[in-house]
Amino acid sequence: MASNQKVLMKGNEALAEAAIQAGCHHFFGYPITPQTEVAAYMSKRMPKIGGTYLQAESEVAAINMVLGAASAGVRAMTSSSSPGISLKSEGISYIAGSDLPCLIINVQRGGPGLGGIQPSQSDYWQATRAPGHGDLHILVFAPSTIQEMVDMVFDAFENADRYRMPAMILADGMLGQMMEPVVFPEKKVVTFDKESWATNGHKNQRPHNIVNSLYLQATELERKVKERFERYEVIKAKEARAEEYLVDDAELVVVAYGATSRIARSAINSARAKGVKVGLIRPQTLWPYPSAVIAKAAQTAKAFLTVEMSMGQMVDDVRLAVNGKAPVSFFGHTGGVIPTPAEVLSEIEKLTGGDR
Amino acid sequence: MLNMLLAGFGGQGVLFAGKIVAYAGLIEDQYVSWLPSYGPEMRGGTANCSVCLSDQPIGSPLVLAPDVLIAMNLPSYDKFIDKVVPGGIAVIDSSLIDKKCERTDIHCFYVPATELAQSENLQGLANIIILGKAFGESKFASFETVEQAIHKCVPAKKQHLAEPNLRAIQLGMGL
Repeated sequence: MASNQKVLMKGNEALAEAAIQAGCHHFFGYPITPQTEVAAYMSKRMPKIGGTYLQAESEVAAINMVLGAASAGVRAMTSSSSPGISLKSEGISYIAGSDLPCLIINVQRGGPGLGGIQPSQSDYWQATRAPGHGDLHILVFAPSTIQEMVDMVFDAFENADRYRMPAMILADGMLGQMMEPVVFPEKKVVTFDKESWATNGHKNQRPHNIVNSLYLQATELERKVKERFERYEVIKAKEARAEEYLVDDAELVVVAYGATSRIARSAINSARAKGVKVGLIRPQTLWPYPSAVIAKAAQTAKAFLTVEMSMGQMVDDVRLAVNGKAPVSFFGHTGGVIPTPAEVLSEIEKLTGGDR
Repeated sequence: MLNMLLAGFGGQGVLFAGKIVAYAGLIEDQYVSWLPSYGPEMRGGTANCSVCLSDQPIGSPLVLAPDVLIAMNLPSYDKFIDKVVPGGIAVIDSSLIDKKCERTDIHCFYVPATELAQSENLQGLANIIILGKAFGESKFASFETVEQAIHKCVPAKKQHLAEPNLRAIQLGMGL
């Protein structure tokens, strides 16, 4: 694909193409709506570039193939939607426990259980709190446009390699299925030396590298986990990202990510046209969470409103960041129902005392 | 700015027609979004897609109140005709929908697109004939842009299909 040319692409296909351009030549997946186009695109492109496309027998197999490929030091990825991500959670924990980089894409649909197939953001807790068992975090990116999906694939692979940990792109059915114009950046792919840990064969020229997540000595395991958490502190200080929109003079700050942030922005524009002082903080990373940006806004804003396609999950992180300085309320829909700009506008007006 | 909703049965090509509109927006350097319905409705039920063209970034890509509605079957007509904004346009395939709209605050056009596709040797292009009428009435881009968009949307290996598509769009425009 020629770079610098604007093309119309589905979010799912753009994610796949971006991953290939970011140097990922190993994809292991399993079909599930609304994510299937990622795998379908990979199945067409990977053979042409000499890469590996493998449709595994299950999500559990696919994530463990990612573990194997990542152990060998190559950029590897898998993608799924909500129920499939639950199946992958064991493997995600093993990958984190083995200090391996990889990319996992979750194009969220309604849950719990098989749930539905329409867009949802109800895997926020899973992504940011418990992507697998044990003390662990993964990097979580939250794009809101197809262009940002592309850009974040590059960032996700890079930071996964830099910090040796899994990264996730938390999208949703709307972003996966919609098309928007997108430009593939002529980004130089940043590569990392993996010789010190990759189990990639060495003809007995160096000591063995061992990839492992099993530590039977409690003190040794504690040391490993603590080391990892020191790294997490660095990441929290350096890698949290958010976009601010009309926040400076805002009395009410809406916090929303991904598809919902687009809807919130439309509502905010309508409210501003009526003279309501409202702004938007759009977290671009969900772990690490941009708490500092929200805490700063809490010094001046009178109230916060979180808008999500869930029963209210990110609202926990907003409350932690606001730390009691202002009331934080929630508005949303779940199960695949998409909030409308008009509904969000009426919520904004309710909280700011109606039309003025 | 254009908020368009194209709706019909799976297989009638409403998603493809929507893609032509989206590409026209892209060629004219507008903000563009195209959002399909997905899932069971595509497998034999109703299918629809929302297309937005704007000079501002697009918030929700889901069109709930279209400026332009293309309805290619009765369930879609029933579901969406009341959603068209006042002053908006509805283009209705009268080969498949025998209802007449009672609203007086919108502009309704009745195009026997499915019959015309048969009689004009444009099999399978009722979607493009009806899009031609919608384009003629709403002028969401220049004709040259729409021509280019058709060439973009017809796969490289099937460029021989561009000519009947162009004929279909001109037929619709002339109605």
